[in-house]
Amino acid sequence: MKYIAKTNLEQFFEAASKKLNVYVPVDTDGTNSAYKKWKSGTKVSEKLHTTRSAKDFFFPQTENLVEFKMTDRKIEIIDPRRETEDFAIFGVRACDVRSFSILDKVFLAEPVDTYYKNRREHGVIISMACRRPEETCFCKAFGIDASAPEGDVVFTEADGGYFIEAKTEKGSAFVDSLGDIFEDRDSTPAEAAQAKTKEIIDLLPLSNIDTAKFGGGKTEEFWNDKNWASLSEACIACGTCTFVCPTCQCYDIKDFDTGHGVVRFRTWDSCMYSDFTKMAHGNNRLTQKERFRQRFMHKLVYFPENNNGEFGCVGCGRCLASCPISMNIVKVMKTLGEEE
Amino acid sequence: MQEVMKKRAIELLESGEVARVIGWKKGEFAYDATPAIFETADEIEKDFVYDDFTAANVSKYLLKVKTLDGKTLVFLKPCDTYSLNQLTAEKRVDREKIYVIGVGCEGKADVEKIKARGISGIVGIEADGDNYTVKTVYGDETVAKADVMADRCITCKSKKLAAYDEIIGEDGEEIANSGRFDLVEKLEQMTSEERFEFWQGELSRCIRCNACRNVCPACTCEQCVFDNPASGVAQKAAADSFEEKLFHIIRAYHVAGRCTDCGECSRVCPEHIPLHLLNRKFIKDMDELYGEYQAGEDEDVKHPLISFTYDDAEPSIVRERGME
Amino acid sequence: MQVNEKFVPTIVAFCCNWCSYAGADLSGTNRLQYPANVKIIRVPCSCRVNPMFILRAFQRGADGVIICGCHPGDCHYTTGNYYARRRMTMLFSMLDFMGIERKRTRLEWVSAAEGAKFAATMNSFVEEITSLGPNRRLEDLRCKK
Repeated sequence: MKYIAKTNLEQFFEAASKKLNVYVPVDTDGTNSAYKKWKSGTKVSEKLHTTRSAKDFFFPQTENLVEFKMTDRKIEIIDPRRETEDFAIFGVRACDVRSFSILDKVFLAEPVDTYYKNRREHGVIISMACRRPEETCFCKAFGIDASAPEGDVVFTEADGGYFIEAKTEKGSAFVDSLGDIFEDRDSTPAEAAQAKTKEIIDLLPLSNIDTAKFGGGKTEEFWNDKNWASLSEACIACGTCTFVCPTCQCYDIKDFDTGHGVVRFRTWDSCMYSDFTKMAHGNNRLTQKERFRQRFMHKLVYFPENNNGEFGCVGCGRCLASCPISMNIVKVMKTLGEEE
Repeated sequence: MQEVMKKRAIELLESGEVARVIGWKKGEFAYDATPAIFETADEIEKDFVYDDFTAANVSKYLLKVKTLDGKTLVFLKPCDTYSLNQLTAEKRVDREKIYVIGVGCEGKADVEKIKARGISGIVGIEADGDNYTVKTVYGDETVAKADVMADRCITCKSKKLAAYDEIIGEDGEEIANSGRFDLVEKLEQMTSEERFEFWQGELSRCIRCNACRNVCPACTCEQCVFDNPASGVAQKAAADSFEEKLFHIIRAYHVAGRCTDCGECSRVCPEHIPLHLLNRKFIKDMDELYGEYQAGEDEDVKHPLISFTYDDAEPSIVRERGME
Repeated sequence: MQVNEKFVPTIVAFCCNWCSYAGADLSGTNRLQYPANVKIIRVPCSCRVNPMFILRAFQRGADGVIICGCHPGDCHYTTGNYYARRRMTMLFSMLDFMGIERKRTRLEWVSAAEGAKFAATMNSFVEEITSLGPNRRLEDLRCKK
């Protein structure tokens, strides 16, 4: 297996940066980190997660779809799309990698979202196997192995460095293009590290949360569940959970009048908001209970119903860490179906 | 303390004096209690929790229950009682229908600070004198309580209960030299350019999740101007850095004079933007220009922005006191 | 598009209907000159000016915003300008705190009889903003041409 010592990681970034833009997680304060473009001297964060997920790379919070420019009585229509430059995201965890395939199911299904597809095609995903999963992690419940992520190229930390495996054609091409910066090593330490991570995952309090009671076809079973009222009563209707979520994909399209034209842009939306999917007749979810229910039903019932049983959650735990009032999908999963 | 609170809540509930109890409900871990409305003694017995991690200010939930029949028992920490007074002053809640048990507070812990020390995989936290023993899947750790106290508690303005019907624990005093304006002063001493850089850096992390607004006990509009598609300024995300500033200036401005400085806005920010500094700047300015004023201290005092004197400072004072 | 054009700021002036707007009128009838790039928006009272108006003026291309109202004591609604005075002090201070140049905002009391003061105020404000340069810190890039 290919291997690079930790002390040589800088070399790897340097070589990669010559080929494409490399984004790495960087600490922004004691508990937060965010993806920043790598430049010489950038210190890669040791944290498990970036505060925002990596979905931003493919599905940014706002993006212009089309612009209209008015000159005299003429309207000019401008397509702002440009071919994206190649880029790589380093240090993506197993949960976030899986989130991309969930987003793909939404954006790459017909009709294909060309804005998304453009970025997706140009992005190389360099994933990083977890070594210190946290109590908020529950990816195992969704069949994700944090010790062996998917991705174009997988990094596994062991033996004072990283073992590297290209998993896709895109990944192989990327690794090969970097030239002679890796050495070959026996992969036993990587396997040992994986086994150790797996042991820790089994110790995590939420690893074995029951997902079997959810899935497609359960709409009626859970729609009228008595527990929605108490689960949602403390919800303050902010959008934190949806905005830090790697799989939340709802958006709104809005027009902005610039004074000399119009910018039509896409912006993340949140089912927690009072004007979510508001239509001419008004809103079809009148109370926070209904909006709250929408979020979890979408992830646990509707999404699997439309996607061969795959859940719309990857168990990254960001919502657990960020929710102002500590209500989250785990509490919902544990409580639904229980006697009141 | 928790047991005394539980016992008293059940007593009041069972005697019929109150119909429900607002408090905190046990979470998955040791630090993630959720505000909750309890209606039976069983629920309280099973799930009610009060400890160093029940930090949420629950006063805003009183808006939720105000149309319900019967009295509501609410447990309020000193800072939360200021919020209640402010809500009462604004006629947002009916004080007659609320039974307040003030609970003494020695400051809350901030789990983010524990995590920032590299402690992860937390499965339990036990208070042990001046320390916490944090149990994790990676082994036990000990941290000093003082090291992980929430920032807003370090600069606590008052441990006095501003409103209560009875007290559990000890009532405290106002703290004259809390140092809560220190950071504001530090920023004031920077150049305009530096301040711009500072705020640009902080606000560029904003994900516009609205947590700061929605958690705020002073933000009680039925519909926020930023959520109203007809307002012309509705925004679901900051599409330009201007919109970040617009939102945060207006958010802080709209609660100026009514903000009790409870610090919830900064507590809930997933990006840890020090939003309370904006509010504190307003408080500091009003104190300096219009006399000391603490929102929520009393139920019926006009706050500085809905009153005036004939010889108020002119806005040009902002230019004059500047140093550039 | 002309190159190396001298910077001509856009100024938005919120003028109260009863004093300052009449003052502007008077400066016109007296043929006093003030720059054409001052765009007057008439408001019923200086206290009608919501902080959002000022921020949005900057968003939409203003380089400076000035609020003009009746002199304290002369408000048509008795006390409106006293409230405006506090509100604008707070807003200007907050903008300053956020690193927006403090010279970009101003409040002046101009009565209906003060046509000369109106013209002089606008001249000095335009001059000040011209030397300050274009508004960069509170601009919305989408609104730039």
